Amino acid sequence: MQDAAQYTLDENSADGTRLVLSGKVTLANIAPLERELKRLSAPIRTVDLAAVDEIDTVGAWVVCRVAHEHNCDITGASPAAERLLSAVRDIDASGDTRPLRAPVWERVPVAVGEKVYATRSGIYGVVGFFGQILIGGVSLARHPLRFPIRALVHQMELVGVTALPIIGLMSFLIGIVIAQQGSVQLEQFGAESLTVNLVGRITLRELGVLMTAIMVAGRSGSAFAAQLGTMKLTEEIDAMRTIGISPIEVLVIPRILAATFMMVLLGFYASIMAIIGGAVVGDLTLGIPFWTFLARIQEVVPEHDLWVGLIKAPVFGLIVALAGCYNGLQVRGNSEEVGRRTTMAVVSAIFAVIVIDAFFAVFFTEIGWG
Amino acid sequence: MPMTDHPEDLAPPIVIEGLVNRFGDFTVHEGLDLTVQRGEILGVVGGSGSGKSVLMRSIIGLQRPSAGRIDVLGRTITELDLEQGIGVRRRWGVLFQGGALFSTLTVGENVEVPLRKYYPNLSSELRHEIARYKVILTGLPESAVAKYPSELSGGMRKRAGLARALALDPELLFLDEPTAGLDPIGAANFDRLTRELKETLGLTVFLITHDLDTLYEICDRVAVIADKKIIGVGTIPELIATGHPWIEEYFNGPRGRAAQASHQRHHVADGG
Repeated sequence: MQDAAQYTLDENSADGTRLVLSGKVTLANIAPLERELKRLSAPIRTVDLAAVDEIDTVGAWVVCRVAHEHNCDITGASPAAERLLSAVRDIDASGDTRPLRAPVWERVPVAVGEKVYATRSGIYGVVGFFGQILIGGVSLARHPLRFPIRALVHQMELVGVTALPIIGLMSFLIGIVIAQQGSVQLEQFGAESLTVNLVGRITLRELGVLMTAIMVAGRSGSAFAAQLGTMKLTEEIDAMRTIGISPIEVLVIPRILAATFMMVLLGFYASIMAIIGGAVVGDLTLGIPFWTFLARIQEVVPEHDLWVGLIKAPVFGLIVALAGCYNGLQVRGNSEEVGRRTTMAVVSAIFAVIVIDAFFAVFFTEIGWG
Repeated sequence: MPMTDHPEDLAPPIVIEGLVNRFGDFTVHEGLDLTVQRGEILGVVGGSGSGKSVLMRSIIGLQRPSAGRIDVLGRTITELDLEQGIGVRRRWGVLFQGGALFSTLTVGENVEVPLRKYYPNLSSELRHEIARYKVILTGLPESAVAKYPSELSGGMRKRAGLARALALDPELLFLDEPTAGLDPIGAANFDRLTRELKETLGLTVFLITHDLDTLYEICDRVAVIADKKIIGVGTIPELIATGHPWIEEYFNGPRGRAAQASHQRHHVADGG
């Protein structure tokens, strides 16, 4: 390969060992040459570039490095090569292209400490954020003309209406599974007819609202975080502040209200769809006619089960929207952060929803709504 | 790469013939012809929306033209598929308007990206060194190498973008409004840097700009886009001599005159 960069050592020249480079000393050919030059241990007095056909800054850089290591002269450079050499000669490029990293035994405790500290400031942050929203809400209540009604309606459509198909299908299938699996178990006690109680109570009290909250967190909580995070990155939110528009009022409050309100409707809708799913199974496999199943629901499900679900729903909606908006507004720096914060919004929302659901379960049983 | 003896390397690096770009019913270019000579800095000017950026995107293969032929470094871009494009792509560097640095990598790692892609057999030590000297060559402080783009100012980001564009020692450099958004001192420094790099590295530079000072100070020739084609290419006096009303207004408006006056002052000072 005549194009390749080559070297020869001329040990018989007058002024000590001479390193003669030839061929194309360019980025495309440099890798093998560079490795071999590194291994040269004999002292070199001069580097001769007279036989070089082509050289670029990378070639010039490697030549300068050899010259520097052996403390020798460079001869035979063409005017063009000389220009390149002088451009890179005085640059000190030792060092790393990444920020320095501490050793692992320092990094792990530091990371744990930072996590703990971040949790604390995260709690402060969420509480502070909630406070900002209350203040924004009060100021909107004082100036109702400023209320972003269009944004609210738009968000309600996004959070609620467009979620109807997926939440309906999901709940319908869950109703089918509960009725079918439940009836298999209850059959062993000869209590298949209690499938109606099982489906009606579990969907209205727990699953309808809980599954809807998880779905809304995945659909809308993540969308809130990603939207607000991107707006933060592109300085849209800063632009709003400088114009005197409160991002809390125009961005956060419509989303929070929409999610809170739509969760109630969606949770109720999900429960109804699950009961219909159960009724279909009842009709097909248990021999309970469809309309009889629905009529039995009214007899066996106490009214307070409905209230349990409907009281939890807005709280879950609020949590999902808070987590989404808070994490979105915390985005700083780069696009990776948007992804990280979106994940955090969904995960923390679902976790908080399940924890609070557990508290609700105990609470409602204690007050006699068991 | 200054020392070359391939016949194709002596041909003009960019030749555009009959370029047509249409977006739906909207025609941006209609029969546009342009030749960029080896070793020159060609400034491209035109009103907002006249299709300067679309022209650049067509040349570097990001925008497939509706018709016409574009030859870059002896290859016909309009006919290349992705695989064949790689050979040409490693011979040019592009600086996008905002720098377009990869935000999750440090400045040094950004410069290493093209090196990793095209020359995976480089030793990592040499690759780090190349990244570092390129960054320093573009006038950034050494400390900027290990920083993330979000930690840099707009001007520094442009320099870092330039360092990445120069990573492979390209023959051809595309700059999209390199001085937009820089302070006058920063812009003048960037102009000087472009000129120096062109002279040391023997680059051909395709430069889109609105900056009249840049046009006067560093461009060898200027191409004017208007009415969907190139209405004139040449030195600024040659362009003004054509008497086209848009060119007239562009260079003889108040800003044009100011830039010209400052250019002449500098030259008198340099001569004396």
